[in-house]
Amino acid sequence: MDVGAIREQFPILHQEVNGHPLVYLDSSATSQKPRQVIEAVDAFYKENNSNVHRGVHTLGSRATDQYEGAREKVRKFLNAKSTAEVIFTRGTTTSINTVAYSYARANLNAGDEIVITPMEHHSNLIPWQQAAKATGATLKYVSLQNDGTVSLRDVRETVTENTKIVAMSHVSNVLGTINPIKEITEIAHQNGAVMVVDGAQGAPHMKVDVQELDCDFYAFSGHKMCAPTGIGVLYGKQELLEDMEPVEFGGEMIDFVDLYDSTWKELPWKFEGGTPIIAGAVGLGAAIDFLNEVGLDNIAEHEQKLADYTMEKMRTIDGISIYGPEKRAALVTFNLDDVHPHDAATVLDAEGIAVRAGHHCAQPLMKWLDVSATARASFYLYNTEEDADRLVDGLLKTKEYFGDVF
Amino acid sequence: MSFNNLDTLYRQVIMDHYKNPRNKGSVEGDALTVDMNNPTCGDRIQLQLQVEDGVVQNAKFTGEGCSISMSSASMMTQAIKGKKLDDALNMSKAFSDMMLGEDVDTESLDMGDIEALQGVSQFPARIKCATLAWKAMEKGVQE
Repeated sequence: MDVGAIREQFPILHQEVNGHPLVYLDSSATSQKPRQVIEAVDAFYKENNSNVHRGVHTLGSRATDQYEGAREKVRKFLNAKSTAEVIFTRGTTTSINTVAYSYARANLNAGDEIVITPMEHHSNLIPWQQAAKATGATLKYVSLQNDGTVSLRDVRETVTENTKIVAMSHVSNVLGTINPIKEITEIAHQNGAVMVVDGAQGAPHMKVDVQELDCDFYAFSGHKMCAPTGIGVLYGKQELLEDMEPVEFGGEMIDFVDLYDSTWKELPWKFEGGTPIIAGAVGLGAAIDFLNEVGLDNIAEHEQKLADYTMEKMRTIDGISIYGPEKRAALVTFNLDDVHPHDAATVLDAEGIAVRAGHHCAQPLMKWLDVSATARASFYLYNTEEDADRLVDGLLKTKEYFGDVF
Repeated sequence: MSFNNLDTLYRQVIMDHYKNPRNKGSVEGDALTVDMNNPTCGDRIQLQLQVEDGVVQNAKFTGEGCSISMSSASMMTQAIKGKKLDDALNMSKAFSDMMLGEDVDTESLDMGDIEALQGVSQFPARIKCATLAWKAMEKGVQE
């Protein structure tokens, strides 16, 4: 994998920030976009823009072909059985909320259980809190091991015959933990529960095969995998989606409309009320092409090397705490002794290095870690060992700076 | 931006308030208590005010956050102690203006060390850190 050539595809990376070449280490928040994605969106608006699934005119057909073409790309990307199982949404949050509103509220009763973990992003936590409150179901947590991983034994102990839904992140956005989704799905199924996967940090970084995982729902966002913001996907098994009611009602999603009753379009359109995010879907299709050209396995290998390299380097810094397991995705969450993460992020920014500081939309996990906030450096296919070196240099300078001013 | 620019943010007096916060802790006896947090970053503050005859007799805070939010809380409690509520609110207004980069006469308002936070206005991402304690105070006074 030629990272230099890949970087050439990302115009935004070639700029100075605060007098230094930009080092972008916040891809877990959102990834940067390659030229071919930007150009695909641009070309759509310049050449093919029209609404989908209606006009008889040529532009309408072109837009529909591109929109549905993107859906087929997503189907292949996930190895779903059919495009009926690929619903375009606004992002992971909307995808999970669709399951929590439609599936959970229809299938949960008092006494039933939803099982999640303390490492969940708020988007895979609050929808379940709300669904539990609305149905009288109980929200249960699989406890975490000291290193921030989930043990299958604990999953087996927590998931019972009363469990109807198990929801878990594929990859933790804070700890970098990669969860054994296939095995956890098996446990969920043995107990008659459905498995919902928050794939926001998974799909951008590794090959996902929903048939192999056998999960029932898989949610992810386009913007974390080189596509524009505002487009995401909910994969669901067709037999489950068939029985689910839409969450949003209106245009695009109907079959027949009468004064007092209506019927819905077939899958996947019954879940896509209103004019969809057409250009976003086109951008997502282009992003999938781009990632396939590079190769998801190559990306995963590159990131693994980068993660190992970065961890080894960061560990040499005096007074640093690194959170999460040894084997991890390409992100490092950390704190420096006596320097608040916001302050560290401000000093790094002055050096042109973009990291995230705060609670990373995972407040319960911050409590589990017993910190109020952390800093996080997250990597993607366009990052290099030099970026990791710049980060480490920046952290040493941060320590020096705060050592001096104190 | 170099470290020289950082120095406009992290002034010595700010670091002093961060390291040795004034009025940190809880007041004894009855007090008006306000909890406020910055949901985007996790900073949180609990502010306690004792007000008699429209005058702030005592102000203390506890909380967690960065150097800017905690030093701002320290300076704010110092500034409003012994002041009338109206004056405290005027200070808050002046502080907001200062964060917008406007020139503010902190001396005539007797705002103590607060002028040291002026540099925050050049760091848009950190303005919310600086205003957290002031917003808590405003909320308390309005109650």
